[in-house]
Amino acid sequence: MTVDGGSGLDLSQRPSSRTRTDRAMTAVMLVCLLAVVVPLAAVVYTLLKNGAGQLSAEFFTADIPTISRIEGPGMGPAIVGTLLITAVAAAMALPLGILGAIYLNESSAGGRLGRLIRFMATVMTGVPSVVMGLFVYVTYTLRFKQNAFGGALALAFLMLPVVIRTTEEMLKLVPDNLREASAALGARRSRTVLTVVLPAALPGVVSGCLLAVARAAGETAPILFVVGAATSVNTNVFREVNTALSAQIFANAQLPFEGAQQRAWGAALTLVLLAFVITLIARVVTARFALKR
Amino acid sequence: MTDTLHDGLADDSSSTDDAPVFVTSDLSVYYGAYRAVRNVSIDIRQNEITSFIGPSGCGKTTVLRCFNRMNDLIVGARVDGSILYRGIDLYGADVSAVEVRRHIGMVFQKPNPLPKSIYDNIAFGPRINGVRKRSELDDIVERSLVRAALWDEVKDRVKASALGLSGGQQQRLCIARTIAVEPDVILMDEPCSALDPIATGRIEELMQELKSDYSIVIVTHNMQQAARVSDRTAFFTVEVNPESDRRTGVLVEFDSTKKMFSNPADERTENYVTGRFG
Repeated sequence: MTVDGGSGLDLSQRPSSRTRTDRAMTAVMLVCLLAVVVPLAAVVYTLLKNGAGQLSAEFFTADIPTISRIEGPGMGPAIVGTLLITAVAAAMALPLGILGAIYLNESSAGGRLGRLIRFMATVMTGVPSVVMGLFVYVTYTLRFKQNAFGGALALAFLMLPVVIRTTEEMLKLVPDNLREASAALGARRSRTVLTVVLPAALPGVVSGCLLAVARAAGETAPILFVVGAATSVNTNVFREVNTALSAQIFANAQLPFEGAQQRAWGAALTLVLLAFVITLIARVVTARFALKR
Repeated sequence: MTDTLHDGLADDSSSTDDAPVFVTSDLSVYYGAYRAVRNVSIDIRQNEITSFIGPSGCGKTTVLRCFNRMNDLIVGARVDGSILYRGIDLYGADVSAVEVRRHIGMVFQKPNPLPKSIYDNIAFGPRINGVRKRSELDDIVERSLVRAALWDEVKDRVKASALGLSGGQQQRLCIARTIAVEPDVILMDEPCSALDPIATGRIEELMQELKSDYSIVIVTHNMQQAARVSDRTAFFTVEVNPESDRRTGVLVEFDSTKKMFSNPADERTENYVTGRFG
């Protein structure tokens, strides 16, 4: 095959060091991709292999056996506990975080208080979850005993900075000319935020918030010592000990009994599925509210 | 063309009251410590199109944005001197910028439809002013779109997203949105700079039609446009302080468009309009 068009013009590819570098880099990137995907696939595979057999209607609803040696299902109380604790935490952290982000991006206008809050939120993002748990243990649990609300408090403290920072980033992405358009029509700032800025940022805000919730749902450290370990369903967040999937995985996986270990695998798979469902909701909501061009 | 415009002006001023809409005296605008524009004194008259021309950075837009207090949104911006709007000091202590903007509408350089439907874009302003009834809103939307010469193109899809319109259509939508709140004055900041000549022609026609009901102030980079559409023209330029290298916008000359383009009083204006500078 010739690339000569008859005019003596030659546009054919010449072998060079660039072509070789290009091929080498492509190979490096493929290896990196595999390095990321293989461990992920391995985790999912192990979870399914060991946990899938445990999942059943009874596993989702039955109480946790009080004697760990006993084989058989039961993670109902942990599922109820995880959902309750996460929901209460989200109910506290999401409104506060979103309102905080609106203050930072729409009202504070580079003021000193705004800068301080943003700095504190950044610092708070780096606080280890076990330290948050310890803080709640000292300030809340010592006085009010172990219960689900303590866990929710700890998770809310963990979610709050993430919600503030992601929401603020999303609000920053809303172009200023939309704010100007709204203001030029005589809209007050509150109206501009509610009817123009928030709707435009909503997909990003929703997915950011749900990812923060999904992350918090799997937290173990703060739950361990502020929530306690219940073996039956407790729907009262303020009274008596409760439990969560993450805490049950931690407790059961360490035991030498086959039954307990199987329950830990089942709980692990359930937790991953839960996080997956929340992420899925985030995706659907994002697509649903995305700007239609 | 300029002749007929000028004759029209003479008729207008005899039929309407002579009190100007805006009286600007000794206006200076600062961004922080930096003075962007100094000592501008201009009168804007009713039912006229006033154009601001001048090279980039001369402060045309900055002055325009003082008329509806849009500069308030910029941190550190502040004005000196006074702007009287129908006898009221726009920057007076108890004047609300939000109220001001309900009387003085603005069309921006880049079309900026809200990410909503065409209908909701137009209804946004009336809803702020408390219009809730569906039939009333329908009326306003249709009337505004007809007025902005957009109705025939979008009447079958007013519920579709405004972002799906072409650039020229979006800019006419922004004009429709502005007149939907029935302002007294319309400020236009280079409304045609992002449009092709055909869309520009339509907007210019539209401005001539709107003139009978509104007073219009337009900033433009296009001298032909200023000559074509406006009754009066203000020429701004940039003064560079040789010591500090600070650039400050100044008003050079303000007169009828005809005079500005045929027989300007200031040499700098003549150099600019004949293309020898800027």
